Amino acid sequence: MEKSVKFVQGNEACVEGALYAGLDFFAGYPITPSTEIAESLSFRLPKKGGKFIQMEDEISSMCAIIGASLTGSKVMTATSGPGFSLMQESLGYAVMAEIPCVIVNVQRGGPSTGIPTHISQGDVMQARWGTHGDHSIVAMTASTHQDVFDITVDAFNISETYRTPVILLLDEVVGHLRERLDVPPPGDIPLIERLRTSCSEGIDYHPYLPREDGRLPMSDFGGVHRFNVTGLYHDMWGFPSDNPGVVQGLIRHLVDKIQNNVNLLARYKEYHLEDAECIMVSYGASARSALHVVESRRVRGEKLGLLELQTLWPFPEQIVREKCRNAKHILVVEMNTGQVMEMVKSSVDDPGKVFLANKVDGIFISPTDIRNILRVVQGKGV
Amino acid sequence: MAIKDYIRERFFPHMWCPGCGHGIILNNLLRAIENLGLKKNNIVMVSGIGCSARISGYVDFHTLHTIHGRALAFATGVKMSRPELNLIVPMGDGDALAIGGNHFIHAARRNINMTAIVMNNRIYGMTGGQYSPLSGYGTSATTAPYTNIDHDFDVVQLSVAAGATFVGRTTTYHVQQMVDILQKAITHHGFSVVEILTQCPTYFGRKNNAGDGVEMMKLYKDNTTSIGSKKKQENPDLIERGIFVQKELPEYCDEYKNIIARAKGK
Ligand SMILES: Cc1ncc(C[n+]2csc(CCOP(=O)(O)OP(=O)(O)O)c2C)c(N)n1
Ligand code: SF4
Repeated sequence: MEKSVKFVQGNEACVEGALYAGLDFFAGYPITPSTEIAESLSFRLPKKGGKFIQMEDEISSMCAIIGASLTGSKVMTATSGPGFSLMQESLGYAVMAEIPCVIVNVQRGGPSTGIPTHISQGDVMQARWGTHGDHSIVAMTASTHQDVFDITVDAFNISETYRTPVILLLDEVVGHLRERLDVPPPGDIPLIERLRTSCSEGIDYHPYLPREDGRLPMSDFGGVHRFNVTGLYHDMWGFPSDNPGVVQGLIRHLVDKIQNNVNLLARYKEYHLEDAECIMVSYGASARSALHVVESRRVRGEKLGLLELQTLWPFPEQIVREKCRNAKHILVVEMNTGQVMEMVKSSVDDPGKVFLANKVDGIFISPTDIRNILRVVQGKGV
Repeated sequence: MAIKDYIRERFFPHMWCPGCGHGIILNNLLRAIENLGLKKNNIVMVSGIGCSARISGYVDFHTLHTIHGRALAFATGVKMSRPELNLIVPMGDGDALAIGGNHFIHAARRNINMTAIVMNNRIYGMTGGQYSPLSGYGTSATTAPYTNIDHDFDVVQLSVAAGATFVGRTTTYHVQQMVDILQKAITHHGFSVVEILTQCPTYFGRKNNAGDGVEMMKLYKDNTTSIGSKKKQENPDLIERGIFVQKELPEYCDEYKNIIARAKGK
């Protein structure tokens, strides 16, 4: 089959990626700037026999996708800041009960209702720590529509592999911008399907006993294995337990299955890093402006480079440290008050060389904004 | 199949207090399921958080013990993905109608095929006796030391108004009626609500001088009557028991099948 060429919004690129990955079930509640995802899926999903439901709020949307995932469906919801806040309790449930699901947060300005139709990247830390309790999580982002497509497919693959929720942190500019998208023919990008147990009926199945490779084979609700799923600490059958060994073992497992695979989960792109004296670290829409500055300055012989992060959590500390080792300056370009900058600072050998180029007024950070800050950082005056 | 084949025996004795009504509901729910001859693999029980919600741990079905108030939302996802499964959703009164009240009315409005059981003990048992939206005016609770000024819902009227197509009420004293109503609710094709008045002697009983479990059940005998009975006409304060609504309307998952057909036709 031929690839199909489209001219779409980033939100639609996300929809294309989800459908390519095999999305079966979507539940959501309208909110700017993510609404196009729900609208589009209400049209597209039933065409392939999938299910779409508009729930009464984001709490129930998140709960519904978890329920659907347990029957073996590939599931997703999409929202923005206020809705993402409402989802936090059940997001933690999906972490605890190890239920694959994808949550798209097309970021807008917060806190509270904030600035709904304008860009922000202010939910990076919320994605990491929004739900209560110690845990680990995967969060990914992208700056172009082709990458949004790819990373969405990837998000489904990762969520199935690690039995974990994966958060897609898009932003208003990427979500609403229109550009070209090439949807590859089916089969071009490998899909990872849910690992299902090989235990036959009557054999004691342990839904929470990891195999040697760390993966946990699942059994669909409605199948031949009846087991318990709970948000309480639980044993390998899924039954509640407050045995200290069980509690400790489970929290270690939940954290380690992500943190032991940081480099495997890391997705990033690099531009001119080899000899770069100044490296910009950016992600999402901000990386578009950063890339523009890098490319235009390179023409003039300036040694600028860009490290574009696509996996934000788990934070790829080692990769950031190594890539930035020889840079004189590191400029983190983002649209918040320095959420990723703090992570970069704690990753690199010398935090003193890390600077922030940001914008938090709802207006997209432009190459000129970045250039102005660059002058200061490089000691060329204000 | 014998009742004991429906339970996870190793978790007994259960965690409920002596005299608690929740165990009576478990027993009679299983009798209803046994009478219907449902296959264990075809039943998904979804519960929230509360003493009542612990019911799902004791039954040998697919069981989903979720978070406080959201059981019906989780159940909606399960049901839409696998409409052929029987969904049973037992909830406490706080679970179903305080934190979960919004999901309750919307699930009823959609007429999605599942059975919501409101285990109404008029108190928050699990957290130690605070008032619930079902406690009622003038009752006492650990958070109503000067008596409660909140008025309660009528679960039956609320369910009917929200669009439930099957609505019944019974008590832990009236166990034969409980089995009968539960059977009808489970076989009903649409959203069914069964309110079961159940005693919490430990908190509601103690706080309201209602006596122990047995005395509280005797109250259910004395304070309730069949729908439209002569006794009700003579004493309007009596609580009616029975099936209030039982009607066939298009069910949500069936309707969605039509949506799929329409979408594919386009
Ligand atoms: C979001 C959230 N808020 C509060 C609680 C604490 N909590 C646990 S059970 C419960 C109420 C239980 O009462 P009810 O639902 O009536 O069930 P019962 O225990 O009486 O059977 C509360 C408030 C919680 N678990 N989650
Ligand atoms: S506290 Fe009340 S509801 Fe909870 S188990 Fe005890 S008697 Fe039952």
